[in-house]
Amino acid sequence: MSIVVNKRSVDFIIDESVDRLLKRMNYTFPMVIVKVDGTLVTRSRFSSHLIKDGSNIDVIHLTSGG
Amino acid sequence: MEKIEVSRKLEGSFVGIAGAGGLGSNIAMALARAGVGHLLIVDFDRVEASNLNRQYFFLDQVGDLKVEALKKNILRAVDGCDVDMINGKLVKGSMADPFRDVDVVVEALDDASTKVSFIEEVLLGLPGKPIVAASGVAGIGGSERIRQRRYDDLYLVEDPKALSSEEDVLLCPKVGQFAHHQANIVLELLVGGSE
Repeated sequence: MSIVVNKRSVDFIIDESVDRLLKRMNYTFPMVIVKVDGTLVTRSRFSSHLIKDGSNIDVIHLTSGG
Repeated sequence: MEKIEVSRKLEGSFVGIAGAGGLGSNIAMALARAGVGHLLIVDFDRVEASNLNRQYFFLDQVGDLKVEALKKNILRAVDGCDVDMINGKLVKGSMADPFRDVDVVVEALDDASTKVSFIEEVLLGLPGKPIVAASGVAGIGGSERIRQRRYDDLYLVEDPKALSSEEDVLLCPKVGQFAHHQANIVLELLVGGSE
């Protein structure tokens, strides 16, 4: 039972939401785009969207400047 | 591809750019010079003296609306680029709306929170539309860290180690590097890459 986060394999935890996963991964930066199996999960759904076993997750960090 | 075919394809292309600051002004100039026929540029700001260390404006344009100044500069550099401008702020909930008809969307915004909102709205609202974004443009040196990533329709140019613009300098060389990197991805999306 595992998931892949930014190409790293990590344990799958039952009923884990996106924001809890980000905390577990120590991804403390607040400005991220999250895709689960290629589908966007918007910031408004970070606390309600639960990760399924085997999911492939991209966490894309955006830094200010332009 | 034949050179004439590249020119024809670019001439028939429409690119939308969100932001006319360090990234957007340089991206717009690069795409116009490369021969992109139609640009849409959205920004709400005016040119400030502090912008001139990286943005494609001139001393006598300080105080002017960025979209108007940029259009003038583009039309001084090239002939035959159709430049549409929107002087206004992108508002959450309708950020993707102006970009409905473009072939490629470019994220050239400043603030990380606005970048995230814009990218989210384009991915959700305009499915299948490529968007080219940038992250980590502040600082000096470190060019070996700059890389491009693709996540389906989202293309990102990033320096993962860069500090934010609140913590580090924004200067023409690195900002310009990112701008031209983004512009080069746009061209590749429009006409295909060279082998």
